[in-house]
Amino acid sequence: MGVEQKLGNMGIATTTLEQAVAWSRTNAMWPMLFGLACCAIEMMSAQASHYDMSRFGMELMRPSPRQSDLMIVAGRVSRKMAPVLRRLYDQMPEPKWVIAMGDCASCGGVFNNYAIMQGVDEVVPVDVYVAGCPPRPEALIHGVLTLYEKVKGIKFAEEKK
Amino acid sequence: MDKNLQPIVEKLEKELGATATEYRGDVSLSVPAEKITAACQAVHGLGFELLSAMTAVDYWPQETPRFHVVYEFTSVSMNLRLCLRTPVPGVSPTLPTISGIYRNANWRERELWDMFGIKFAGHPDLRRILMPADWEGHPLRKDYPLGYEEPQFTFNFEEINLRKPYAKE
Repeated sequence: MGVEQKLGNMGIATTTLEQAVAWSRTNAMWPMLFGLACCAIEMMSAQASHYDMSRFGMELMRPSPRQSDLMIVAGRVSRKMAPVLRRLYDQMPEPKWVIAMGDCASCGGVFNNYAIMQGVDEVVPVDVYVAGCPPRPEALIHGVLTLYEKVKGIKFAEEKK
Repeated sequence: MDKNLQPIVEKLEKELGATATEYRGDVSLSVPAEKITAACQAVHGLGFELLSAMTAVDYWPQETPRFHVVYEFTSVSMNLRLCLRTPVPGVSPTLPTISGIYRNANWRERELWDMFGIKFAGHPDLRRILMPADWEGHPLRKDYPLGYEEPQFTFNFEEINLRKPYAKE
């Protein structure tokens, strides 16, 4: 008895390798915890049962950079923290993405002074900026989905080396 | 003034030649810098077990001497609070450390060194505590630049964007 008799008509789906890889990347993206301030509370609630970010394949927040491919910088980054942030970013395996969550991580927010980085993009390359102070969990999820659109559009030939 | 605090303040005034001022029940004694170790020793001996706060004020450019270092003591056993103030000049400001008397003064003095540049002679480990170790200047001084960055609006977005130090891969 062949397997097709057990399962019925299995059919064949054709796709490109790029699409298959993008699908697997977007449906199993492991974000790294980088909660630095009040935005982290919104990030936690985006993870928790009310908003449930695991619907989009992100049920695991990793405390280790070696196991994650997305860094969500949630909160203001002080100049003392900046080298640590860059170091953790460098420890993440390729391919990797960064979301700057909230006004402080995006542009310094209300902390326009000597101690806070005026945007985390001075330290790491940012893919998506999420505005808000702090952004609601919906805004973060929208930022993640925007990043997914970007990841789906990646061509192997253009991918960063 | 609290009736339990009255004799203590009078005793300290006599011993140290300090002047007490009262504002809404909070008593503060102005002590010259060379007597601060003796004053803290005396305060500790009178039952103020806790150094609850230690900070500084920069009165530049209105006043000389420029800094006031403020010690805030609490007596848990007597439920009293007492404040000592010491004027410190702006040129190479130095005070003797009190970390031998109150252990927690260690970090507080490091913070004052970091933020105001006030040195504490005899401190066991006078390093920066808040700012990065290679930081230049002392941020809470009044003459320290704020590090202000021009905000980006629609009309000047492109102009600022060109000179912003974006991170490369």
